[in-house]
Amino acid sequence: MILGVDLSYWQVSVLRSLGILVAVLLPAGTFVYVFLFKMVSFMQSRLGPMEAGPFGSMQLLAEVGKFLQKEDIVPERADRRLFKLAPYFVVGTVLLVYLAVPFGPDMYFANLKGGVFYILAVSSISSLGVLMAGWSSANKYALIGGLRAAGQLIAYELPLVLAVVGVIIQAGTMNLSEIVSAQAGGSIFGFDGIGNPYLLTQFIAFGIFMIAVQAELGQTPFDMPIAESELVTGYITEYSGLRFLLFFIGEFASAGAFAAVAATLFLGGWAVPAAWADLNSNWFNLFGPLIMLVKMMILGGLIFFVRFTFPRFREDQLQKLAWTVLIPISLVNILATTILKVAF
Amino acid sequence: MSQFLRDYLTVAIFSGITVGLLSGVLALGKLVRPVRPQGAKYLSYESGVDPVGDGWAQSPIRYYVFALLFVLFDVEAVFIFPWAIQLEVYGWFGAIEMIVFIVLLSLGLLYAWRKKVLQWI
Repeated sequence: MILGVDLSYWQVSVLRSLGILVAVLLPAGTFVYVFLFKMVSFMQSRLGPMEAGPFGSMQLLAEVGKFLQKEDIVPERADRRLFKLAPYFVVGTVLLVYLAVPFGPDMYFANLKGGVFYILAVSSISSLGVLMAGWSSANKYALIGGLRAAGQLIAYELPLVLAVVGVIIQAGTMNLSEIVSAQAGGSIFGFDGIGNPYLLTQFIAFGIFMIAVQAELGQTPFDMPIAESELVTGYITEYSGLRFLLFFIGEFASAGAFAAVAATLFLGGWAVPAAWADLNSNWFNLFGPLIMLVKMMILGGLIFFVRFTFPRFREDQLQKLAWTVLIPISLVNILATTILKVAF
Repeated sequence: MSQFLRDYLTVAIFSGITVGLLSGVLALGKLVRPVRPQGAKYLSYESGVDPVGDGWAQSPIRYYVFALLFVLFDVEAVFIFPWAIQLEVYGWFGAIEMIVFIVLLSLGLLYAWRKKVLQWI
């Protein structure tokens, strides 16, 4: 039943799939406009795009139009099939991540029991696409960029996974809807006025998660794979036109996806604390996505603020940070959470 | 069909839609964009110089030990997740079991660290 109309199962699936496209493209577009075009411009004392539409808000559509008109070039030395296949992996996996994220009591696409596990599994497939793009281009810059990306992604996959374990121990479930309601209905030392957003109890895990996300996205302190001053643009050097645009969309859509996942795991997702309102009311199917969007924008702002503020890590510093700092801390966090959970 | 399988059927349907959508966008581009082939356009890009040698140059992969460690810890994560859900059921027994498990793995990491394989040479 959607809006009083009876739909068969496959029709509901198709509707949900269309909904997901909106859920992916809307935050990705907003991220690019608000943060990449405007926020960075103001940080650098300039205006950013102002010509297309009011305050340059149509700039994104103009860019898409530009990329549509560019000639499609596949270098003659490249491995044609892999070269054309790589963008599918990078963009497709981001779309699949959104599938498990709930946006309201009934506003989910698939209520997977192992939601967190599914998200971690699917999001790591995109590194395969990056490696494919780097290898198939038959270009030295692209190859080095792809290998660096692979090394970075495997190093930061672990802190990401281990940080999430703390949240799962506290919630006792891997289903994202249940994690949201556990946070909304929780209490801190008997005080339930603000629920129990895991940001407060799992702040170490939150810090590690956001650092690892920054690295998984290849955003600036960790942008060694596409370091423009030494590798041109790394693994996307040979891509042009529409395929380049797909990589670009993939980058910002995955920033949105990880912001959504972090908002769900640490900030309480679509819900407000259960003491404030009846969370099962139908209104939350309307307000849930908006609350979620606000939380995503806060986390996206954090990601892009860090991106435009810090200088780039060197490759060895980057590996050292993951293996000798983040992984030991996240293991300690798991142990501490375990002991506290069992003791209380 | 059980609810569990239905959820993953949604995943399968949506993967199909994703592939269809991306092919659709790329096919749309084919209608709009110009095609003016010239030999020089298809050379590999090497900062404006003619490409030297083969694109698939041999380069040292310095982090194969990291990759091995990654496999080790990723398998560990597979064990930790189901345990984390059931922790409330197992209580102190489960907690101590997992503490022993994680301490053993940390010793492995510490050994690798002392053997200086966590260094970029």
